[in-house]
Amino acid sequence: MMRARTAYDDIVVAAPVTVPYVRYSIRGAHWFLAAALAALIKRAGLAKDKLDGLCVSSFTLAPDSAVGLTQHLGLTLRWLDHIPMGGACGVVALRRAARAVQSGDADVVACIAGDTNHTDSFRLNLATFSQFARDAVYPYGSGGANASFAFLTAYYMRTYGARPEDFGKICVAQRANALQFPHALLKKPLTLDEYRNARLIADPLRLYDCVMPCAGADAFLVLHRAAAEQLGLPYARVLGTIERHNAFPDDPVQYRGGWALDRDELYSQAGVEPKDIDVLAAYDDYPVITLMQIEDLGFCRKGEGPDFVRRESFTADGSFPLNTSGGQLSVGQAGAAGGFLGLVEIIRQLTGKPLGAAIDDARLGLASGFGMINYDRGLCSGAAILAAGQ
Amino acid sequence: MTRPLVRPPRKNPILRTRLPTLPPGARSRVALGLTAAAARGRFELQVCRDCGTVQYPPREACRACLSPRLDWRAQDGTGELVSETTLRHSHELFFRERMPWRLGLVKLDNGPIVVAHLHGDCAAPPSRVRVRAHLDRAGQAALLALPDKDTPHMADDRELRELTCDPKFRKVLVTDAKTPLGQALVEALVTAGTDLVWAGEAEPWKKPPGYDRLKALPQVATVPLDVTNSRAVKELAGEIGGRVDIVINTADHHRNFGIAARDGVETARAEMDVNYFGLLRLAQEFAPAMRARGADGQSSAVAWVNVLSVFALSNFPPHGTYSASQAAALSLAQCLRAELAPAGVRVVNVFPGPIDDEWNQTLPPPKIAPARLAADIVAALRGGAEDVYPGDVAQDWLERWRDNPKALERELAAMPQP
Amino acid sequence: MSDTVLSRLLAELAGGRIRIVDLTQTLSPDFPQIVLPPEMGQAWPFRIEEASRYDARGPGWYWNNFSCSEHTGTHFDAPIHWISGRHLPDNATDTIAADKFVAPACVLDCSRQAAADADFLLTVGFLRQWERRHGHIASGSWVLMRTDWSKRSDPVAYQNIDETGQHTPGPDTDAVRFLVEERGVLGFGSEAIGTDAGQAFHLKPPYPCHYYMHGSGRFGLQCLTNLDLLPPTGSLIIAAPLKIKEGSGSPLRVLALVPQAAPATAAPRVAHKATKKSRARKRRK
Repeated sequence: MMRARTAYDDIVVAAPVTVPYVRYSIRGAHWFLAAALAALIKRAGLAKDKLDGLCVSSFTLAPDSAVGLTQHLGLTLRWLDHIPMGGACGVVALRRAARAVQSGDADVVACIAGDTNHTDSFRLNLATFSQFARDAVYPYGSGGANASFAFLTAYYMRTYGARPEDFGKICVAQRANALQFPHALLKKPLTLDEYRNARLIADPLRLYDCVMPCAGADAFLVLHRAAAEQLGLPYARVLGTIERHNAFPDDPVQYRGGWALDRDELYSQAGVEPKDIDVLAAYDDYPVITLMQIEDLGFCRKGEGPDFVRRESFTADGSFPLNTSGGQLSVGQAGAAGGFLGLVEIIRQLTGKPLGAAIDDARLGLASGFGMINYDRGLCSGAAILAAGQ
Repeated sequence: MTRPLVRPPRKNPILRTRLPTLPPGARSRVALGLTAAAARGRFELQVCRDCGTVQYPPREACRACLSPRLDWRAQDGTGELVSETTLRHSHELFFRERMPWRLGLVKLDNGPIVVAHLHGDCAAPPSRVRVRAHLDRAGQAALLALPDKDTPHMADDRELRELTCDPKFRKVLVTDAKTPLGQALVEALVTAGTDLVWAGEAEPWKKPPGYDRLKALPQVATVPLDVTNSRAVKELAGEIGGRVDIVINTADHHRNFGIAARDGVETARAEMDVNYFGLLRLAQEFAPAMRARGADGQSSAVAWVNVLSVFALSNFPPHGTYSASQAAALSLAQCLRAELAPAGVRVVNVFPGPIDDEWNQTLPPPKIAPARLAADIVAALRGGAEDVYPGDVAQDWLERWRDNPKALERELAAMPQP
Repeated sequence: MSDTVLSRLLAELAGGRIRIVDLTQTLSPDFPQIVLPPEMGQAWPFRIEEASRYDARGPGWYWNNFSCSEHTGTHFDAPIHWISGRHLPDNATDTIAADKFVAPACVLDCSRQAAADADFLLTVGFLRQWERRHGHIASGSWVLMRTDWSKRSDPVAYQNIDETGQHTPGPDTDAVRFLVEERGVLGFGSEAIGTDAGQAFHLKPPYPCHYYMHGSGRFGLQCLTNLDLLPPTGSLIIAAPLKIKEGSGSPLRVLALVPQAAPATAAPRVAHKATKKSRARKRRK
């Protein structure tokens, strides 16, 4: 029998910042993380030495981890964490920082994620991504995540009858959202025809199914509500969060993620239901995972994702606003920052300062994270439900 | 349906030769257990000694009960193909040069999920497949899913051919074609579809029975080759080296002496000069061109076979100096393997037990017949193994050696002098 | 140099009235080497390994290391080589007196007979017939059996081995004993791979040339060539083996000094009336 989870009373998130994404950069990850931190304290009107906690996520910081950054950026901290969980790092960073502030172990925690992208860095990262990937995946075609998600997508299509145009609808909608997002790297409108006729990458995935790696960073603050009000910062309240690693290990192919295991607890902790959510930020490196999150987070039943997609509309003014920044599929994936992108945009929507198209009266947002294809499936899943502040 | 292999057109001599690239070769140490088994032509996975769970990918502790007692056990590889994809883009040169590339996700009947190369004749999922472990061009184990039942021309599948060293439509040098094994090999290679066999002759005056018939075969060209003669080896390499796709070194000097049974070093030196230095000379002269031709079209340079002896593993005292020369050759062959690795050319070491020939006349059976040994060598080239132990005696010695090498040393010393 | 025999020799050499004929095969890895039954210790064929050739192993020079048997290529057999000579004094290459290395030669032309029969055996009868034409074989001479075997440039033909072994010409037992006991020769020379015939294992005793020559302190020369350029008598052979400590023989350079009937310079031969002397000379050749 699981114990009841402690509520997040009065723990808030504020000051969402993005360091503009670029396709390639000669800078190292330290540069992007430093830029994120600088933007964060500037937005918050906070002196650097008032930060007493730091949570870092990056794939390209080696040989440094979070510790190296403390000296590199001149920080003296009483709480530090490093979250190597890929696209789940935003939600997980939020969970760690929230409890630290709640317990009094820290007062103001900066959560930052960022990566650089050199012309060959993606390939080099892939080759050494994990022991299982190096031993049992990369030698087979070296297709990277394209191959892994091709397996998932093909299985999902065969099992639940999803069609290419179902995925295409999501990609097209997100591109429409992205056209209003200043940091999106993909700026041309996308039609369903262009989506369907694009070149194959790994059957059945085509060009616009695959996220584009890039360089950039995102960040936010976690602090007590009182502290945010003192700084005059708009904020969003944390209502509920979940996190899971290596869920359903015996599923032959990953057709569901950890959210299916934990979503009841999420909504119970937040005291809301799926129909109450005004905006969803789903982790979206490939459209199939978006459908999976929609199902596993309870917006429809497992296997009804294709029907859901055919019914709903996903632009900011649609029936089911989804990834109003354009998502990674249109903005780009700045490494670990991909795990922050959705969460940061939710915070913006809920604090009334979206960079993308605004949603009317956004009061409840759900940010979902997914990541770390260690071998044949993404091991990390997480989600957070936030509410608009005042 | 796999299209049968056809003879490639003649190479355009003024075009640049494509240089070899390799699939990713980095593996953790524990994953090399898969490679060790694939080197012997076997598919093995770790099985927990305490709870029986089969593990994949290879790991340090059982994923069910955390026991560290994981034993590598043979697998039959049967399973279900649950998903597939065809790559059109890759991050690595090797696969970029070989697009499109079919991959499968297989649920093995005994538990694990594996990512595998997918044979072209495997039906779309869900379908039954057989998974085998082969060495890839980087010399590391790679899993391949084959159709449930054999299909016509199955061996000619493009992806399977990147894991094997088929002599079909290739040109092969047999360094000593006059010995019983040499002759049997020439025959077996011609039958296997080899385009040209250079039959090396060391002692031109020797006329073994049956040899004239072999010489007359249209696929056979005799060449002078005495592996103790550096200049002759160099000259032959200058003449044919740029065309040799497979070298099979059968040159062997075998006498039956330990240390005390023969005065002087002359006999032992002759064994070393052929068995060890002969290999060194051949490798110095023929390996460079093969290194450059590891990706030279369908009939690329692809393998170097050393016919050693199971005596290389553990000295057989009645043939003590011969055993030592084989051990020396084995060590050098490992060096050659490392030097040819960047070119994707496989060094295959064959360790027969006593061959049924004159120098093993007084050894009791079982002895391996030259024709059977030749067939095993051709099968190893087709199957992709690199450490081959053909015949009952070789298998027996190998098992004893792996189980307890010191015990084998004692057993061999105790064997009666034949 | 004052007017001595040697200075006259040098003058004759310079003037081409005495030619130096090289009776030596080139030492190369391709030259056939005697093959014994596989159970026996073998004589190494000539092998040569480069040490450097104006390259990283030695930028300014070229040199090789070579290996071979004492009995490789054109070579000398010392008495110690055979069991019958093992106890004789001064029987090794380093102890044989140096004055034995310069000696006259008698050349026996068996080329026609060897061409017809590879197993041709030189007999006493043949020797006596030769002596009727060319005079007694002088004591201390080399007896060289010309068979033109050296013209067989194909190693397989030179070895001439079939299912019953090697087939090359040589002397029979009586001929050898005659040369040793009746004529006191210095030694026996052959163009083939052995001084004894290829099938001499079957003579009594086996290998009689080795047995009796070496058994009496005499020598052997093998793999000679250019014997067809030598007169039946009148040549001087220089055959000095390497001075190997306790050596049983060695490869060597065998040179013949051959007086020329006519000057070596290219003046056209003037046809002259055949005198009795010149006719006799012609018959002796």
